[in-house]
Amino acid sequence: MRQHLLALLAKEPAHGYELKLALEQTFGTAYPSPNIGQIYVTLKRLEADGLVRGEDVEQDSRPNKKVYELTPRGRDAVAAWVDEPTDGPRVRDDFFIKLILAPRAGLADRMELINRQRRHYYAQLRALADLQDATGSRDAPARLLIEGQYLHLQADLDWLQKCQEELV
Amino acid sequence: MRPAASPILLLTRDLVKDYHADGGLVRAVRGVNLAVDAGEFVAIMGPSGSGKSTLLHVIGGLEPPTSGQIWLDGQRADRLSPAAWAVRRRRGIGIVFQAANLLSSMTVADNVELPALLAGATARQARARREELLEELGLAAKARAAPARLSGGEQQKVALARALANKPSLLLADEPTGNLDSTSTTEVLKLLRHAHAEGQAIVLVTHDARVASHADRIVNVFDGMICDDAPVAVPGARQGDGTTPLSQLRWS
Repeated sequence: MRQHLLALLAKEPAHGYELKLALEQTFGTAYPSPNIGQIYVTLKRLEADGLVRGEDVEQDSRPNKKVYELTPRGRDAVAAWVDEPTDGPRVRDDFFIKLILAPRAGLADRMELINRQRRHYYAQLRALADLQDATGSRDAPARLLIEGQYLHLQADLDWLQKCQEELV
Repeated sequence: MRPAASPILLLTRDLVKDYHADGGLVRAVRGVNLAVDAGEFVAIMGPSGSGKSTLLHVIGGLEPPTSGQIWLDGQRADRLSPAAWAVRRRRGIGIVFQAANLLSSMTVADNVELPALLAGATARQARARREELLEELGLAAKARAAPARLSGGEQQKVALARALANKPSLLLADEPTGNLDSTSTTEVLKLLRHAHAEGQAIVLVTHDARVASHADRIVNVFDGMICDDAPVAVPGARQGDGTTPLSQLRWS
């Protein structure tokens, strides 16, 4: 989440709650809503690392709020993040390691592992369908995030099929 | 446990289908035991060549099984003659296949109305049902067209409308979204869910997991046999590991 907060702050300074709202409003319900505590902790760490600078702003009849902005080092860090290619999410697949190692140790049956995993993917597809129904068609980032999850799940299912064909 | 209120509509016992192709014996279906309750929506998935389409053809009486039994609504069906099968299908089984097989000399509207008329509906009933179905599939404007004037995807949707014309208690559908774009897939899915909500049972063969995930149950076929058969976990319901499906989606 560090990079995501830095990228939001690259647009304009903001306080913690505004960052939470910005993530939710941009990515919709498909984005796991970060809890506010997590955001404050991350901002503190970024500040300790010299990537952001917080400034207390007084508010009428409310406690001060801390508005954060990027430091030059923070700006460099977010630029470096933007410039580098990003690894796919499945470089090291936990299920696959399980599928190979567990049957070898006599801990599980391959077909059972594959079936359980496949049922799990189907359940996720169903959950996504509900999410999609609840997401407006004009809400492009949220819609695309869901679409991306769909495509990942489809690829996972295809791969599972391949594993079944070759290993079972 | 099956609730007593949902009697078994379709049952196969040790169903086997062999056929000869290229001088060799193909064992397409190798001992399938499948039960579908009245009103249940079952998706059949599996890689190409796994026997899922053959299974559907045999269940619908389009090809005789090599051995094994088929029970429909408590009655043995695997020994029916082709003519008796045709009557049986008219009385409550809708079938839609990848190839639309529409009657080219009739309009889209007539294609959809025909099954209802054959089953004894009045012209007015048949027309009302046809209008409702074509409307839901976004094809109302094409009612007077000849099937050949429609795109492949549109023809496929007309075939689905035709299969649903009689509100069959069992719909057998082989890849009904196979050639469709995402808008048409959504329309077809909506129609299937609507039919399901009205209590029609659906057995859907598909390679599209997204479509299959709307079913009550997904059956996986591999090498002519069922390798898995399980309900689709509904969001919000806790799974065995205490998580909900969504909480396990991958976010990085």
